[in-house]
Amino acid sequence: MNFTDSAAATDDAAPMHRQSIAAHARALRRRDYSSVELTRHFLARIAAAEDLNAFITVTEDRALAQAEAADRRLAAGDENSDADAAPLLGIPLAHKDLFCTAGVLTSCGSKILSNFIAPYDATVVDKLNRGGAVTVGKTNLDEFAMGSSNETSCAGAVRNPWDKTRVPGGSSGGSAAAVAARLAPVATGTDTGGSIRQPAALCGLTGIKPSYGRVSRRGMVAFASSLDQAGVLATNAADAAIVLRAMAGFDAADSTSLQLDVPDYPALLASARAESGKPLAGKTIGLPREFFGADVAPDVADCIDAALAQLRALGASTVEVELPNSAAGIPCYYVLAPAEASSNLARFDGVRYGHRAADAADIDDLYARSRGEGFGAEVKRRIMVGTFVLSSGYYDAYYLKAQKLRRLIADDFRRAFEVCDLLAGPTTPATAFELGEKTRDPVAMYLNDIFTNAVNLAGLPALSIPAGFDRANLPVGLQLIGDYLDEATPLIAAHCYQQATDWHRQTPAEYA
Amino acid sequence: MPITREQIARIAHLARLATAPAETTEDAEAAEAEEYAAQLSRILELVEQMNRIDTNGVAPLSHPQQLAEAALRLRADEVTETDRRADYQRIAPAAEDGLYLVPRVIE
Repeated sequence: MNFTDSAAATDDAAPMHRQSIAAHARALRRRDYSSVELTRHFLARIAAAEDLNAFITVTEDRALAQAEAADRRLAAGDENSDADAAPLLGIPLAHKDLFCTAGVLTSCGSKILSNFIAPYDATVVDKLNRGGAVTVGKTNLDEFAMGSSNETSCAGAVRNPWDKTRVPGGSSGGSAAAVAARLAPVATGTDTGGSIRQPAALCGLTGIKPSYGRVSRRGMVAFASSLDQAGVLATNAADAAIVLRAMAGFDAADSTSLQLDVPDYPALLASARAESGKPLAGKTIGLPREFFGADVAPDVADCIDAALAQLRALGASTVEVELPNSAAGIPCYYVLAPAEASSNLARFDGVRYGHRAADAADIDDLYARSRGEGFGAEVKRRIMVGTFVLSSGYYDAYYLKAQKLRRLIADDFRRAFEVCDLLAGPTTPATAFELGEKTRDPVAMYLNDIFTNAVNLAGLPALSIPAGFDRANLPVGLQLIGDYLDEATPLIAAHCYQQATDWHRQTPAEYA
Repeated sequence: MPITREQIARIAHLARLATAPAETTEDAEAAEAEEYAAQLSRILELVEQMNRIDTNGVAPLSHPQQLAEAALRLRADEVTETDRRADYQRIAPAAEDGLYLVPRVIE
């Protein structure tokens, strides 16, 4: 395949909803269409695709008001509306309904927050608003982001646009389905154990989870605070780079936010274009032996092998590495994440906000029944697991043991990065599964995260990018993992791969 | 380790979590506790795979930023928040005169 300038050569011929963010930015400034027209186009697509159940709330009036404001800024044409200074000005996007949005329902897919109108904007939302982005709505998700199929939402399951009998993945399943069906050019997501990368893989998208501390967690409803990180679901790496740059950065209101400058990801991607066709020359990709085992479906393994061959053709070399403790990732994660969740979710008590049980006999009854009525089964399971592993007599055997394993898992990655620049492997062992297939068996559901959750335990940045299709025409995701704080290397690799391939341009037929 | 129905009741109490709706019959409640017990037993069976790995002498890691040796910041001891009590109480299920209302705690 030849190198093409994706933004200029191919995009402008595609319909409006398949344009890249950069193409929209140019078109808005050429007055080919206005932000209001663009926003109406996506709102109409959202209305026509209700059966996907991708959105919990569509914010049509607010979106049109934001679009009008963006059009005024574009018409004024000052330096603040320049495409480099404001790449998202007038661009529609959707937020996972885990981010607080002032004056708009913020449900977290839970009955306990089914009446919660957030009193403030999450920092991520605020930053994107100030960048001039247009919020078209709040997307569906697994309840409190606890799930890998988007089936635990109190708003109902989301359907995968590639096959509506299958799950979109989770927990950012609504964001993934919305972007895959081109109901929004891009959406925010959150990733605690794979919740951006796994749905990106299952829906054929580019999804990035940045390094822990890169993006503010303020106003992002907490699930597991040492693992949660906000990120982006997009159709391509260049779009993801633009949005990540806009949402990242230090926030004094988040004590774990890193006081570091945010690299200019879009500029780094642009400079990686090599006329030689070998833009990845000098880069070494580590292939963790543990990610290429028998538990990977044959079609997935074939797609990953082909993707690695493509990356080598682009100049990268590959080396086998070992992550010997990676098998402990799932057990370790399913102690630590529930433990942190059980503490975080203690705030939902029926007193200050959210659902409150009627006619409580006393304060304990109020707590127990408000929570019992408000939380779904998976959330209750995790609260109970977390409460158990933190309880007296079990703390050392479970919680402390998991924290020690977390150190070993992080050390494995550190050693691997001594011999390579990034790691690659499948994002998931298999493609999208059927709705209902794993809802009866929590443990089978947990195993979806086998290649993703160790990355969160170590706080590393990682992407999933589309790398082909299986024989059922379901997307396959390639995971690229970067060293701590190095989002740029996997983003550049993804961008170079996408300039040489067109998997990321494929759209489900019904939504083309 | 297998979890019993009695343990489920204790954990649910610690977590202030009514696992079955109030109007549920005793039999249905028992069945629900039984199901949670079975599921939690399966989950613990999964997480006990941790014991296959020797962690003697390994320092626990609670947070990825410990790896970067990035110390958590302490902010200056200054008032930075504005008074938004009215905004926050507007979304409360029951508030009056600036107070959150709960069932009587002290007789």
